[in-house]
Amino acid sequence: MNTDMIIASIVASLPEIIIIAGACLLLLVSLIPARGRMVLFAGLSLAVVAAAAIATYALAGPVRPAYGGMFVVDGFAVFFKIVVLMVTALVILMSPKYLEEEDLERGEYFVLLLFALAGMMIMTSAIDLVSIYVGLELMALSVYVLTGFMRHDSRSNEAALKYVILGAVSSAIFLYGVSLVYGLTGATQLSELAAALSRDGPSDPMLVLAVVFMVTGLVFKVGAAPLHMWVPDVYEGAPTTITAFMSVGPKAAAFAIILRIFPEALTVVDDIWLPVVTVVAVLTLTLGSFVALVQTNIKRMLAYSSIAHAGFALLGLVAGGQDGIAGIMLYLLIYAFMNLGIFGTVVMMRKGDFSGENIEDYAGLAKSHPGLALLMLIFLFSLAGIPPTAGFFAKFYILAALVAQGHVALAVIAVLLSAVAAYFYLRIVMLMYMKEPARSFDLALTPPLRLALAVAGLGTVGIGLLPAWFLDMARGAVFPGIG
Amino acid sequence: MTEFPMLSLIIFLPVIGAVILPFLRSDNEVRWVALAFAVADFLLATRLLLDFDGTTYAMQFRETIPWVPSLGISYALGIDGISVLFVFLTALLGWICILASWRSITRRVAQFMISLLVMQALMLGVFCALDLFLFYFFWEAMLIPMYLIIGVWGGDNRVYAAFKFFLYTLVGSVLFLVGILVLYFQGGETFDILALMEGDYSFLVQAWVFAAFLVAFAVKVPMVPVHTWLPDAHVEAPTAGSIILAGVLLKMGAYGFLRFSLPMLPEASQYFALPVLVLSVVAIIYGGFLALAQDDLKKLVAYSSISHMGFVTLGLFALNPRGLEGSILQMFNHGITTGALFLFVGLIYERTHTRRISDYGGLMKVAPVYVVLLAIFTLSSLAVPGTNAFVGELLILVGAFASNMAIGAFAVAGAVLSAAYLLSMFRRVALGPAVYEKGEAMWDMDGREIVAALPLVVFVFWVGFYPQPFLDVMHVSVEHLLDQVYGAYR
Repeated sequence: MNTDMIIASIVASLPEIIIIAGACLLLLVSLIPARGRMVLFAGLSLAVVAAAAIATYALAGPVRPAYGGMFVVDGFAVFFKIVVLMVTALVILMSPKYLEEEDLERGEYFVLLLFALAGMMIMTSAIDLVSIYVGLELMALSVYVLTGFMRHDSRSNEAALKYVILGAVSSAIFLYGVSLVYGLTGATQLSELAAALSRDGPSDPMLVLAVVFMVTGLVFKVGAAPLHMWVPDVYEGAPTTITAFMSVGPKAAAFAIILRIFPEALTVVDDIWLPVVTVVAVLTLTLGSFVALVQTNIKRMLAYSSIAHAGFALLGLVAGGQDGIAGIMLYLLIYAFMNLGIFGTVVMMRKGDFSGENIEDYAGLAKSHPGLALLMLIFLFSLAGIPPTAGFFAKFYILAALVAQGHVALAVIAVLLSAVAAYFYLRIVMLMYMKEPARSFDLALTPPLRLALAVAGLGTVGIGLLPAWFLDMARGAVFPGIG
Repeated sequence: MTEFPMLSLIIFLPVIGAVILPFLRSDNEVRWVALAFAVADFLLATRLLLDFDGTTYAMQFRETIPWVPSLGISYALGIDGISVLFVFLTALLGWICILASWRSITRRVAQFMISLLVMQALMLGVFCALDLFLFYFFWEAMLIPMYLIIGVWGGDNRVYAAFKFFLYTLVGSVLFLVGILVLYFQGGETFDILALMEGDYSFLVQAWVFAAFLVAFAVKVPMVPVHTWLPDAHVEAPTAGSIILAGVLLKMGAYGFLRFSLPMLPEASQYFALPVLVLSVVAIIYGGFLALAQDDLKKLVAYSSISHMGFVTLGLFALNPRGLEGSILQMFNHGITTGALFLFVGLIYERTHTRRISDYGGLMKVAPVYVVLLAIFTLSSLAVPGTNAFVGELLILVGAFASNMAIGAFAVAGAVLSAAYLLSMFRRVALGPAVYEKGEAMWDMDGREIVAALPLVVFVFWVGFYPQPFLDVMHVSVEHLLDQVYGAYR
């Protein structure tokens, strides 16, 4: 590797470097007493995210391979980086007041958030099974700690422990699959892997095992059935802001890996993974939609809702092709806006001794806060997939990709299940608008949280009304070789 | 195209009103401003009807703006002889709804008026859309304001009714969406409704898509056996909600058949015509018997709606000019008459807070103006000659007999039923010994209420005595539609 290549590699990974360096600096800053300075920390970490976003934007355009084929900056990576950067920025905006309310005022929170962001960004650019694993673990370890950040709360501890153990098992399974693939093909780089597979053909039965292991590991990471059991417990126990973060950021990054590995590298052996993914997608969608119906805790309900959404997005993988992949990308972008929006409203309920996690707590919100209720209504109908919100377009595009490939039966199953799912979103709208308030609302609404809600609302309505630009962006970002 | 975007203006004028409403100070200001926007919208729609050229089947007042070009989606509007009457009807009922809610809605007035105006915009959009995606966009978005109108301002059991309405309609429409996507890929990746009408689809595709569309439209119409959401929604909805439901929403299902099923899926439409005709007759008779058994005024009118909408689908699937024209005219009539009946039920409910027919009697002595107008609409609903529904039902029956004798005979029997329940309702409410005294709780119609009812009376007699202008508007378009249906065989 000569000097030019090293410099090119450093340039290509500049956003990640900025974030990690920023996180280290912030770690030093957090030596000063943190109490009452949460807004300062949030501001500093936002600055780091903004710098990384500028670097990402500057790098967009040409394809930049780096680090000897382990890392690449292409349209696909840039799209996902924008998503995870935006997610992190919105979560940072939601955090300061919440941390005060929960008595969690420690600077490490933001440091860990930035490390998780760095992990996700590496995941989006990784094109080698080893660098994929590095990014995955950097993200996962940071999120494990954040899940257990409420040290004095037993639910948070339980969630973190569950997450660590199950997460480690799933990482191990994934890694075992990777090692088998390496043993069979002698390659870890995705492009070499694809070449080796198309040269030799999928002859070895061991390959089936390897692919199944890799699918298993990644299915866990996106919280798809039957490996979804951790999702409700972890989502319920984690600090709400971290739940919001987990439900969109790491999920999007994990989907980026899935899209790099399956339709691209393992496309030759899609008769192995496609049936598995189809079953997983339908199962996930069914389970998420039905179990969410009976939840009373809003975080658990949103956990099952996020399972259902992961199932719907996986259908894009079943459809495949440019539209299927662009469909997943657009779905994740839109899902990030609407889900962060709804979690923002969960965060704002937490004030003083009041947890606000019960769905019934929203009863009568429209009476005292009509504007806020309208915003929630938009998020909820978007999650349910009703126009004119973006959630409709997200579902619509995945359905179009399915029907284009002749999967009409799958499309029918998907729409019927999303009609089931509409019920529990509708229930919250009903509580807000059609019930009398049981108590007066005292909301932890700060200007940053308002800003986050406004951005999420704007995204949810804006993409719904003018989807063309976002659609073309997602389509243009699908890596070459898929058509 | 530099033409003035008349349809966009008609669609979005109520939205502009809805945006202004939250900034007004008092409920009364809200009511007046909402009324002003609705009336302005009605005047525009009247102008549209006057400017409409009935000599061509081509779409008029067209607007096309690319929306999502890479998927072939555009913001395309236009109206022909079939849709123009519905645009007019929607705009007419819009301001009547606001007048009907003047005194009955006292909680969260601004939010209610916003819902009404948004609802009106979306309904107008449905009738003007020339792009299937845009159509679905409006069609589905309507669920949100309607859900709120029923659920927030409805009766005691409103939450249940709102959920039932939402979920029934949603299940129907999601299948519609899959059907749309299948057509999209079969018809050359376009959502342009006119282009999709030109497409040549295999019978198998037509049959499946027809089935998907049938579910969606049957729920909206509603046809038996998916009608059960309607009585609940009607009974619980506030007066304005009932007027919108009966007057416009139910028409959308039938409009869907006219706009999509018949021209795009002609062979499937002919193949499935008989089952639909049978369902229509079942609706006519079954709805009539159910109405006969009701003691709740709103339920009675709701079941009569099911029966009357049965006539509409009967005329549609007779698949001949008389049937189709009668059917379209009858949709317009039903919007006027049933809208009026719900308005009148609302008027006495505001005074007495009961809808039970057995709680009433002898209103003639207390509220003569009310009873005279009620008599007009009752007679119109049971299709007495000289009223609007007579013309519509006659044309439908002529069409039905031409298509299938047995079906026509059963439908006539259903028409007799409607005389039975409507006259009995009128007798029990208006005649006999007076139950209520004139006074605090009971007074005759005031100026506002008469203003709301008068245009409806005008249309009852206008269509009843001189329907020609209405038939002229649609005639060429209906001929063209039948050419599309039978085109494959000519």
